[in-house]
Amino acid sequence: MARKVVITGLGATTPIGGDVPTMWRNALKGVSGAHTLTDDWVAKYELPVTFAARVSNPASEVLTRVEAKRLDPSSQFAVIAAREAWADSGISEVDHDRFAVAFATGIGGVWTLLDAWDTLREKGPRRVLPMTVPMLMPNGAAAAVSLDLGARAGAHTPVSACASGTEAMHQGLDLIRSGKADVVMVGGAEAAIHPLPMAAFASMQALSRRNDDPEHASRPYDIDRDGFVMGEGAGALVLEAEEHALARGARIYGELAGTSVTADAYHITAPDPEGLGATRALKAALFDARAQGTDVVHVNAHATSTPVGDKPEYTALKAALGDHVDNVAVSATKSQTGHLLGASGAVEAVMTVLAVHERKAPVTINLENQDPEIPLDVVTSARELPAGDIVALSNSFGFGGHNAVIVVRSY
Amino acid sequence: MASNEEILAGLAEIVNEETGLAPEAVELDKSFTDDLDIDSISMMTIVVNAEEKFGVRIPDEEVKNLKTVGDAVNFISGAQE
Repeated sequence: MARKVVITGLGATTPIGGDVPTMWRNALKGVSGAHTLTDDWVAKYELPVTFAARVSNPASEVLTRVEAKRLDPSSQFAVIAAREAWADSGISEVDHDRFAVAFATGIGGVWTLLDAWDTLREKGPRRVLPMTVPMLMPNGAAAAVSLDLGARAGAHTPVSACASGTEAMHQGLDLIRSGKADVVMVGGAEAAIHPLPMAAFASMQALSRRNDDPEHASRPYDIDRDGFVMGEGAGALVLEAEEHALARGARIYGELAGTSVTADAYHITAPDPEGLGATRALKAALFDARAQGTDVVHVNAHATSTPVGDKPEYTALKAALGDHVDNVAVSATKSQTGHLLGASGAVEAVMTVLAVHERKAPVTINLENQDPEIPLDVVTSARELPAGDIVALSNSFGFGGHNAVIVVRSY
Repeated sequence: MASNEEILAGLAEIVNEETGLAPEAVELDKSFTDDLDIDSISMMTIVVNAEEKFGVRIPDEEVKNLKTVGDAVNFISGAQE
């Protein structure tokens, strides 16, 4: 019998709240984190998309000046979220050699890399700062969290585009089940609201162009959805072996009962229209959790609000859950937060855990005319989830054909 | 041309910016590594910022000789001439 893994701490910094209590309050109310960008570079580069969902509390207001200047913005978000999760777990003592980190990112230190490139061209190599490499490396966030909390059982960085944050959960579960760690800080961080990624995602027609109405731009499942809204931030969760949590009398939010990661091997960016890879991930995650499809009461969907992406996820859910899919309360929280890329899975895992723990499904905003090809039961005002033993899923899919699913069970 | 007092004040500002150490803690007889706990990466950042601030060049092979704040002030002062 595999070790049970439970969730004992939550942290987040997001466009709808700089900490978990604020984010969750807003998620149940239904607010938009998307706003028009006021940065000079939007006009300077004539970006076709002029809005995004920035974190509601700038990192500079949370970290000290010296902490901030040694960390890329993505790592700043990671440290903020991880510190909150760590404090929330109430762990006072830990065997640091049995404490690991799995902190994901989709893009990594893009601000640092491109700022340093500007410095090189404008001022020459002497002015490229020596902290550039540790700040731009994709493992920067995992390393910063490991250093900050003293996690010495490995600091891992799953990278699978927009599935990264969920893949971190998968890795954390494996680390504890396999006996390599007792406690793992898992999460994801992203800070890519920079003109280059904005231009690149716009170039592939992935971003909403609703420039005159940012708050209504992220509209998963709506017939008028036209792309995702770039978000930023981080989510973090403390995973703990059940016996470790019980021994210290921890508050347990829920069980991370199962996870799965699959690859489509279909197309580098387009989702498999039949959702075969996603279906396999859903079935494998449920099997891993020893759960039945009929146990599932809630899904935090990937649902980014792109015309092509939202439907294959429905197809996969239908294939994995059968007719029971009609009984499942589906929340598309990217309607509120925007798409946090490699952080999205971690932030949505936090929401899924809270949904199970508090028996409340968060809100999907901006759903005015539901796409008839996606007849899901979408939660548009906060909804109670049933009492008793329940199971919820969170899905993430990433460019590259990555599919990742987690199963959270009430505890 | 900055005076030695001005160079010290300017260095203290750069050190504060990089490490958060109070500018008053940056005194002439203090060792960058032993007293101020400045690692090699921070030291290089301080050197590059000092070059820009005082309009001097501090060769990489010279940096290891700058053990104390006073060494740095003297080098910068000499390099200005």
